[in-house]
Amino acid sequence: MRRLLSEARVAEATIRFRVNGRDVAVTAPPFRRLLDVLREDLGLTGSKEGCGEGECGSCSVVINGELVNSCIVPVIQSEGAEITTVEALAETPIGAAVQKAFMEHGGAQCGICTPGMIVAAAWVAEHRAYGSDLRDMLAGNLCRCTGYDLIIASVDAAIASLDIGKSRE
Amino acid sequence: MNDGELTPPIPRLDGHDKVTGRAQYVDDIQMPGMLHGATIRSTIARGRITGITFDPALDWSGFTIVTAADIPGKNEVLLLTKDQPFLADGYVRHHSEPILLLAHEDREMLRRAAMAITISYAEEPPCLDVRQALRPEFRQHGDDNTFHAIDIIKGDVDAGFESADLILDETYETGAQEQAYIEPQGMIARPAPDGGGVEIFGSLQCPYYVVKAVTHLLGIPAGELRVVQTTTGGGFGGKEEYPSIVAGHAALLALKSRRPVKLVYDRHEDILATTKRHPSITRVKAGVTLDGKLTALEIDLLLDGGAYVTLTPVVLSRASLHASGPYAVPDITIRARARLTNTPPHGAFRGFGAPQSIFALERHMDRLAVRLGLSPLEFRRRNYLKVGATMATGQIVRDDIDMHTLATTVYDRLGGAEREAELAAANALSPSKRSALGFAAFYHGAGFTGSGEERLASQVAARLTDEGAVEILSSNTEIGQGTITIFSIIAAKALGLDPSEIRVAPPDTARVPDSGPTVASRTAMVVGYLVQQAALDLAAKLAGKLSDELRTVSAESLRGEAFRRAAGQAVEHGWKVLGRSRYEKPAFVQWDETTYRGDAYATYAWAVYGCEVEVDTRTFEVNVTRFVANQDVGGVLHATLAVGQIQGGVVQGLGWALCEQVIYKDGAVRNTALSTYVIPTFVDVPPIEVLFAETPYEFGPMGAKGIGELPMDGPAPAVLNAIAKALGVEPEQVPCRPEYLMMLADAAAPVGGTRG
Repeated sequence: MRRLLSEARVAEATIRFRVNGRDVAVTAPPFRRLLDVLREDLGLTGSKEGCGEGECGSCSVVINGELVNSCIVPVIQSEGAEITTVEALAETPIGAAVQKAFMEHGGAQCGICTPGMIVAAAWVAEHRAYGSDLRDMLAGNLCRCTGYDLIIASVDAAIASLDIGKSRE
Repeated sequence: MNDGELTPPIPRLDGHDKVTGRAQYVDDIQMPGMLHGATIRSTIARGRITGITFDPALDWSGFTIVTAADIPGKNEVLLLTKDQPFLADGYVRHHSEPILLLAHEDREMLRRAAMAITISYAEEPPCLDVRQALRPEFRQHGDDNTFHAIDIIKGDVDAGFESADLILDETYETGAQEQAYIEPQGMIARPAPDGGGVEIFGSLQCPYYVVKAVTHLLGIPAGELRVVQTTTGGGFGGKEEYPSIVAGHAALLALKSRRPVKLVYDRHEDILATTKRHPSITRVKAGVTLDGKLTALEIDLLLDGGAYVTLTPVVLSRASLHASGPYAVPDITIRARARLTNTPPHGAFRGFGAPQSIFALERHMDRLAVRLGLSPLEFRRRNYLKVGATMATGQIVRDDIDMHTLATTVYDRLGGAEREAELAAANALSPSKRSALGFAAFYHGAGFTGSGEERLASQVAARLTDEGAVEILSSNTEIGQGTITIFSIIAAKALGLDPSEIRVAPPDTARVPDSGPTVASRTAMVVGYLVQQAALDLAAKLAGKLSDELRTVSAESLRGEAFRRAAGQAVEHGWKVLGRSRYEKPAFVQWDETTYRGDAYATYAWAVYGCEVEVDTRTFEVNVTRFVANQDVGGVLHATLAVGQIQGGVVQGLGWALCEQVIYKDGAVRNTALSTYVIPTFVDVPPIEVLFAETPYEFGPMGAKGIGELPMDGPAPAVLNAIAKALGVEPEQVPCRPEYLMMLADAAAPVGGTRG
């Protein structure tokens, strides 16, 4: 991805979108990675780079209601979009519940996958269908520390605390 | 907890910053005027550098360029030896060896520059198979490329084989494994703001290793180098020794440019260049009597060290000291060798050699059981070490552990004989699924080997802050395993306080004493004990301050509210109160490094792991459907953290067993992405059931022993033993990939193959 960018030194564009409820305009090469724009141009360093190829999910953000890996999104695709990063999650009931559960149930160890994992977990808690398997839904996020069980325990606890499970049944 | 407290474990103390995204990892840090660094690496495995050219079409004026000639001190990564250069100086010994460093304000320009540098070589034949390391044309280290050799001899192994009824001699192999911490390696270096020396901030396990290596590189005294750990996104050994190289490179660029320089690897560079678990070849020859008693063990262990020594001698040591397993065997010979190959150096990875030798022995134990007509657990039962028994080094077992009880608990949790009967019936009916249970029994030595802890002479301090809080000062790092929380719990317990009243100072070599590296399952047990002693010493010092001619205050009385009141008085009077502790060897530990006789480790954690696997006989995909990890690790300091350590280690072990394969071509790693080097995901592993027995260790804080590495040891042999039973083949290598199983099954099947 980065190699590709180096050959694509085209004119910069001004791209407007909303991040965590705030309107922003960034001037950048259109194929600059959204992850780099978030971290370097907007100072939102909660989203992490683990692989740079959309494999590990550490850079997970929500764009227009969809869970995506921001390391493989060219910033031009964000034009007009509504983006939520980990930094805004404490403000939402689901995000706050997931964060609290990760602290209490061992969902975070080294913490590098945690912001992306929490963005994904909050999205899954909100969007999961009845009977869906949390492991399947979170499989786009890698963790090397926990072995995953305590992440599942954390997400289960968050869902239970929100009573989301019942309302979806 | 040992005193029967029922309070749930406290939330991990570094949790809040991590779940909110506020924790600052090295790549999150910006500094004014900061440059980005890049490393130009060799593209061959072995040879002389004959020329380096810079494409004149590129404007090089904005670049800082560092070569070996710019090194102010010694071009040696000082660790156990000095054989590895920070930058290749005319000769390269492995692919991706650092040759040149660049820094620039614009990362884009660095990418262009990397393509505008041409390095030419006179290639020499690389040794790419450790079995061939002795051949003269590959000689690059000493007389015969041997990095280290260890012989452990107990009794007379020939006599032991004489008294055996049955002898089994087989060879096992394990592959390299990438640590795959999700945060790649990274460092920032800057010239110290006051003009003298260098400051380094980064992702690391062992701040004082970096001090040792980088002061040697720069030719400066230790006082002129400050190393600060940033929040570290996983280590697993991968950030034990390698960060010294990244830090040295960043420091060279910072000194030459007089600017802060950030050197952060992307995933490709990290997998390509950094250390991995040592590949191994282990021949196990065992003699048994017909009633199932081991009489002799002869083990030849060969580790592939890669191109430089790094920590290989110590990895070899741990491998050899775990090679004979938790069994009482009268006659043992262990010959362990580590040799050079021209692949990137292998280094520390959780388990540190033990998983390799344990894998070989535990596979062998199952094969012996089959020959004897005994169940795997019954054969092991007849041979376990018990209190008073003698281990391979002559060490007398002090831990009162009942391995067979650990084993039967695992067996029962997996459904026992009833489940085995069910699986046998289902296997008979299914056209394409074969399931079975498998087990492994093992120990893991906690802390540094033998006299290692004595040499480290770790120190910890505890001081009263200006607010009257207790601050723990140590160089041991939080890398996800819970150091901050564990140290807080230990100090709080010692002083009758709440863990929230304890501060753990960030590891910053300008402030903290050297309490040794964060490795070897030693942080909770060895350093935790020192935290406890330092906290108690703080109470004693405070009691001394409060005592006068009229009144003697005892240290023991300063607990809880009394401690808080005394701390308040200290703040009022402006007293500086500092408690200290220093490692002292338990009196019973006797070790002779030259003969490898004595107490290899002060204590061991003991475990039996078991699993159920299902193998598809068409695709040879292996599905681990159940996993039970039962261990005695002494006192458990924090149930959630301990469970998380075990589960995470087991899943790394399952990855090593089944899917994690480093693919080399001409000495270069070819699968340098997380899409091609596959680690287990949520859906690849079952829930890991974790059980603890808690036989307290008297020199561990609250009875605790080391825990971190243990779970890496058991999964591979347990899973392969289950696969062997399910398919009726004998897998002898990890990773045990479907292609390999298919080959074994084809070889075992009647003419026409399994799918004929």
